[in-house]
Amino acid sequence: MAAEQKYTEATWPSSPERATLEGKNKFLGFWLFLGGETVLFASLFATYLALKDKVPSADHALAKDLFEIPLTFMATMLLLTSSLTSVYAMYHMKNFDFKRMQAWLLVTVLLGAAFLGLEIYEFNHYVHEFKHTFTSSAFGSAFYTLVGFHGAHVAVGLGWILTLMIRNAKRGLTLYNAPKFYVASLYWHFIDVVWVFIFTVVYLMGMVG
Amino acid sequence: MSTYAQKKGIGATIWDYLTTVDHKKIAILYLIAGGLFFVVGGLEAMFIRIQLAVPNNDFVSAGLFNEIITMHGTTMIFLAAMPLLFGFMNAVMPLQIGARDVAFPFLNSLGFWLFFFGGVFLNLSWFLGGAPDAGWTSYASLSLASPGHGVDFYVLGLQISGAGTLIGGINFLVTIINMRAPGMTYMRMPLFTWSTFVASALILFAFPPLTVGLFLMLFDRMFGANFFDAAAGGNTIIWEHLFWIFGHPEVYILILPAFGIFSEIFATFSRKRLFGYSSMVFATVLIGFLGFMVWAHHMFTVGLGPIANAIFAVATMAIAVPTGIKIFNWLMTMWGGSIRFTTPMLYAVAFIPSFVAGGVTGIMNAVAPADYQFHDSYFVVAHFHYVIVGGVVLGLLAGAHFYWPKMFGTMLNEFLGKITFWLFLIGFHLTFFIQHFLGLMGMPRRVFTFMEGQGLETGNLVSSIGAFFMAAAIIILLINVVITSVKNEKVGNDPWGDGRTLEWAIPSPPPFYNFKQLPLVRGLDPYWLEKMEGKKGMMPAEPIGDIHMPNNSFIPFVLSMGMFIAAFGAMYQVDDKPWAIPVLILGLLIVFGSMFIRSIKDDHGFHIHKEDLLDEDDKEVKA
Amino acid sequence: MKNRLHKWRLLSLFAMIALILSGCGKPFLSTLTPAGEVAQTQFDLMVLSTAIMVLVILVVTVMFIYVIFRFRRKKGDENKIPKQVEGSHKLEIIWTVIPILLLIVLTVPTVSYTFALADVSPMEKKDKDGKTKDALVINVRANLYWWEFEYPDEGVITSQDLVVPTDQRVYFNLKASDVKHSFWIPAVGGKMDTNTDGENQFFLEFDGESAEKVKNQFYGKCAELCGPSHALMDFKVETKSPEEFDQWISDMKSAKAPKAEDGLAKQGEEVFNKSCIGCHAITPNDSRPEQARRAPNLSNFGERSKIAGVMDHSEEDLKNWLEDPEKYKPGNKMTGTYGDLSSEQLDALTAYLMDLKVENK
Repeated sequence: MAAEQKYTEATWPSSPERATLEGKNKFLGFWLFLGGETVLFASLFATYLALKDKVPSADHALAKDLFEIPLTFMATMLLLTSSLTSVYAMYHMKNFDFKRMQAWLLVTVLLGAAFLGLEIYEFNHYVHEFKHTFTSSAFGSAFYTLVGFHGAHVAVGLGWILTLMIRNAKRGLTLYNAPKFYVASLYWHFIDVVWVFIFTVVYLMGMVG
Repeated sequence: MSTYAQKKGIGATIWDYLTTVDHKKIAILYLIAGGLFFVVGGLEAMFIRIQLAVPNNDFVSAGLFNEIITMHGTTMIFLAAMPLLFGFMNAVMPLQIGARDVAFPFLNSLGFWLFFFGGVFLNLSWFLGGAPDAGWTSYASLSLASPGHGVDFYVLGLQISGAGTLIGGINFLVTIINMRAPGMTYMRMPLFTWSTFVASALILFAFPPLTVGLFLMLFDRMFGANFFDAAAGGNTIIWEHLFWIFGHPEVYILILPAFGIFSEIFATFSRKRLFGYSSMVFATVLIGFLGFMVWAHHMFTVGLGPIANAIFAVATMAIAVPTGIKIFNWLMTMWGGSIRFTTPMLYAVAFIPSFVAGGVTGIMNAVAPADYQFHDSYFVVAHFHYVIVGGVVLGLLAGAHFYWPKMFGTMLNEFLGKITFWLFLIGFHLTFFIQHFLGLMGMPRRVFTFMEGQGLETGNLVSSIGAFFMAAAIIILLINVVITSVKNEKVGNDPWGDGRTLEWAIPSPPPFYNFKQLPLVRGLDPYWLEKMEGKKGMMPAEPIGDIHMPNNSFIPFVLSMGMFIAAFGAMYQVDDKPWAIPVLILGLLIVFGSMFIRSIKDDHGFHIHKEDLLDEDDKEVKA
Repeated sequence: MKNRLHKWRLLSLFAMIALILSGCGKPFLSTLTPAGEVAQTQFDLMVLSTAIMVLVILVVTVMFIYVIFRFRRKKGDENKIPKQVEGSHKLEIIWTVIPILLLIVLTVPTVSYTFALADVSPMEKKDKDGKTKDALVINVRANLYWWEFEYPDEGVITSQDLVVPTDQRVYFNLKASDVKHSFWIPAVGGKMDTNTDGENQFFLEFDGESAEKVKNQFYGKCAELCGPSHALMDFKVETKSPEEFDQWISDMKSAKAPKAEDGLAKQGEEVFNKSCIGCHAITPNDSRPEQARRAPNLSNFGERSKIAGVMDHSEEDLKNWLEDPEKYKPGNKMTGTYGDLSSEQLDALTAYLMDLKVENK
């Protein structure tokens, strides 16, 4: 069967993710799914903007009290870099270089994990220093829901890429798993794009007031 | 008939359906489950009409009445109308575009089981402390104030079944884009396929706002968040926006496929190609597009201000234009045709005046200042039942009679079908026409009773009598189904004799691989074109070869059940039940475990070999 | 032929509208008997939109009936294949443009009245004491399942029976204190939601002549599902001529805390002070904040037209209500807050409550 066939660098197609009908379907289906995800995050952003700084009393922390640029800028850099490394991974996939692809995916995963670590630290900081929790105000609920949904996406992405790496470690690239790698990296880019919006809308605009 | 369809025991058949990934079998599952929920929702409707038949009635209590109306609306929209349409989409759309299956057969099955378990979860609320009682719209302040677990059942049940619907929508989109047979260009696709396409796109973009809204509600009710709690800075209007950004497209998700079914029926039984095909496609897409721009017309009285109200009023009126185009195109399809009044055609014909009545009251509702009077009155109840029953349900009944032979290989009895039709049509108008006037006379909707001396007695009694006609119609339909299934007289490829599209070119029911050879499509109404040239079937686009088929899988069922179990845990952790968190974790473990197994186990499917296909030909020749 | 068809259309159009005009429903409740500027505007829009829509329906119906009779498959036609027509640009343009024109006819008044009915600018003009200069403002607060009406510029609070002057615009601030409700007086004008977050504003006008026809009383309803007794959350609107209204306001302003005199009412007062006064106020100038006003103000209870919004204003029904409110308004907030009352206590309390009056007649 085409999907299981062994390939060499010479016979490997130029768009391995779309070389089979299954791959084509996955590719398109996932793009559509990301369309739905976009609407999902748009709704969360709208909710956040409607509830930003909406607190029950004056002694609650507001956006301008909470957010600090250095921390979130670092997080942004980590995630942006991880997006770049996943591009490298896909580049090597297209060139049928399995080892390098795995290596770059590993870097991507490590960067993503570091991002997640920072986020956990950040949340912890808000909760303990500012008493800004999920249940303290509508602002808190909206903030943790928007950023937390993104964080959960990162976590799922990490689990997904790791599973793919481990599952295929021994058997290398085929047209059966190439679309899977590709789609996972697409997902990773999407997460990155969402973060850019979070960084802008939540943190930068939050600091301005 | 086929070497693959051996006689099986009942256990094996059940196992087959639990694990099937075949779009035709999933269609039957949708039809059964959706039909079941339709009967449940119908019973709830009967209870409503019995309660309101006379003033100050005490057939049900006030609280129970609110549970009944909530479940009636929720069940009919999410668990009956949409799944039944999904049934027809699954059964017919892949055949219409000449595909052997949908793009993601596994996800197709997953979508069904998620819907099914979500629906079962929601309905279990009746036995576990009371159903949701905040209306199908579940407006935030009331739904947060609602005691018990009713609204939790609503939130979690819809979240699960909504995920199934979203998966189904993506699946149909990819199928239509990627899996069309050679020659099946976009502008040759039958209208039902087009409307499936647009409805699926609407699902893709409309369901995420509902998902978010449900999450916010879930967090508020179960995890102490404050999205809708005004005292903590929250805002209930957010829910109304999110709900209606979903809710209005939802109406088109329901009505467009019904339009599609009617388009097929008009063309078939007028023996004419659909008049103005390209403008029909254009109108379908435009309706879908405008459907996202008008949600706030459900919120004219919320206090959004005159600017928002004026914009949404005008945008809403604009939808009348493409809808009008469709109505006139249907009329012109029949014009000059040779109309045969079969049961499906009767429904289609009756649909036109019924739906026009619902459409024009929609325009009346769009007149914002007048809507201050209509809103939340029985006028609105009448309006949306004219649209949903007069449009969607008539479409479903028409589709059931029309596609029954294709799905089951035997025809529903025409005589009983016509009795069903007349009873239903009379009952429908009797029930809902008078409700316009009840609303104008000052009757708010969702009232569990009304008092004497306010001029509402006659109207309500008439309305209740009508409901019994509809109930009788459905009972006769069920009898018809039983009789038909017992008799089981097999029919050929094109039982109506005037089939135009690809599904009528293959056996009824089709073999599990649908097309032995993919057909070559040479224009709109491909099968009709071939028939007109005196050919018996489609011209093949490929030589007979191996056919790749997906394997059955039990994972979708297990995964969905995991969600079902997890939902119980999430719900009861609010009460600090010691077993709740472990149950939540167990459910999630089943979910993620199933996903994990699915991802590490390669599933390459299997091949039907060319030799077997050829053998079958020989047998058919001999037989 | 064409001309005749035209006449026939017009005729049935007017017949249809006349049917509506003939006024089904009760004049104190029905939107079809508009009693005031707002309802009249809305009614006119209904008639206009109905007329346009009936026109559309007629066109469709005529075509429809012609088609299904003219083109049915007859005996001998079994093998006839009709001409396969692709479409017609001319026709398609016609049925795109004509609806657009019809909609424009409808759009213009829709937009202009949307703005006209939202004009609450007189509410904003305040004098230096913070009172509204030349408009009557009433704060409406919706509760499970009763209504509070506050006249903020007069310092008067009442409930359940809304008292308004005729033939002038009355401005409303609307809000809800527990869950969302909607304020609707069908005969006088469309509804507006009372939200739990933020206030809504609109105005209504009560036509004096129409009010006389319904003995100065309109019915009001809650139009948004709010719980089990949503259907029972009715209120009444008492209309008064401007002079009578001024008199009423001054009576309300000068009303003192009632003192029961005769024996039975005196006993009732004791029961009231023990069991009811925590929630119910008995003077119209209740200075407590609204969170503390947890039940209807009863200062003019004896002059009201209904008990709990839906029951007859009789001693018998009052006793029934006090004995078991849950039976008459499921889910209400009064049930279980005051223990059981003996039949003597019920008699006493009833006598006391029926004596609560403010008007100097």
